[in-house]
Amino acid sequence: MRRSTSVPILAILLLAPVTAWAADQTVTIDNFTFAPKELTVAAGTKVTWINRDDIPHTIVSSDGPRSFKSPPLDTDDKFSMTFDRPGIYHYFCSIHPMMTATVTVR
Amino acid sequence: MSHKPEFPSRRRVLRCAAWTGAGVLWVVAGGMPRSALIGSAAAAEMAASELTFVQISDSHIGFNKPANPDATGTFKELLGRIAAMNPRPAFMLHTGDVSHLSRDAEWDTAQQLIAETGIEKHLIPGEHDMLVDNGRPFFARFAPKAQSGGWYSFDQGGIHFVALINVANLQPGGEGALGAAQLEWLEDDLKNRSASQPIVVTTHIPLWQVYPQWGWGTSDGAQALAYLRRFGSVTVLNGHIHQLLQKVEGTVAFHTGLSTAFPQPAPGAAPSPGPMKVEPGRLRELLGISTVHYVKGREPLAIVDQSLGA
Repeated sequence: MRRSTSVPILAILLLAPVTAWAADQTVTIDNFTFAPKELTVAAGTKVTWINRDDIPHTIVSSDGPRSFKSPPLDTDDKFSMTFDRPGIYHYFCSIHPMMTATVTVR
Repeated sequence: MSHKPEFPSRRRVLRCAAWTGAGVLWVVAGGMPRSALIGSAAAAEMAASELTFVQISDSHIGFNKPANPDATGTFKELLGRIAAMNPRPAFMLHTGDVSHLSRDAEWDTAQQLIAETGIEKHLIPGEHDMLVDNGRPFFARFAPKAQSGGWYSFDQGGIHFVALINVANLQPGGEGALGAAQLEWLEDDLKNRSASQPIVVTTHIPLWQVYPQWGWGTSDGAQALAYLRRFGSVTVLNGHIHQLLQKVEGTVAFHTGLSTAFPQPAPGAAPSPGPMKVEPGRLRELLGISTVHYVKGREPLAIVDQSLGA
């Protein structure tokens, strides 16, 4: 009995800091710029992009073949993705390729 | 008047409009200074030109934000101007961004409005037409006979027309690009042609380096220009930047046409190249079309820019 209750407590202690780190993050697009341009998150974090420009943008991975690609986001459209694996994810806007940024997952 | 490669102000560009010195006769009419821009002799020549065609660009059907809530309406009006032209243009060249979001309904609208003019058309996509399946729906609809990459060429009225695609597979941090396969095709397409045949090239993004900070250029455009330089008259028409600009390098004249939907800022004049918001009364001056006249024996083609406000 005692043993069985200690397991969930331990699990909560271990998970608590992770869930705090993994709070959802937002990247805004204003004036053809991703902000923040470099975002660092914990594994499991959901990142949402919101386009606040008067022109469509996309979120496309820079690697080939493209590992992720959003549909075109019109004004105020959002796109979300959860990053489960650690790594550095470079991405860009395929309509305006000078727009580049990264998500680093720890 | 000498033209330097660096960027002139918009006003200065317009002052250059009457320039006929080294290459092309470029005329601006409507909403802009036009006194003495075109002499009666030139006008008579244009009326007798072998071939007259129109450049229309960046219709962005589906765009509905400031400064133009009705991009379909302004496109339709400008098509009406084309349909009413006398002499009737042989065809229109649409230099891309037909749609705003690569939606079938947007292309349907554009296709129907163009068809209503009864005038032949040749189109290339802009990056806004490439958002679905690498542009396949656009090519299937508007350029079914093109090469697999979408590029094509044809001859009409003594001119060789080359339609190039520089909006496919854009790379992170990069500009417009033609790619090795298209460059090889271009070299072959031009190889056996007489240097005296006038060439007209259309691209969506400028083939020359207009403003790399905003991606306004083609990274491998210089290679294409190397194939074009031996010709006595080359006119490169592009869209993408929604403003009038012109540059001449030797026998190559670069001309950037207006959008029919919304203006964009001069390079570096705003924090970003997004749509320029202007007073409603000013919008029509900043939208327009260009008419190109070819008079045999007069190598440079005459380009007449006309705004909706004219």
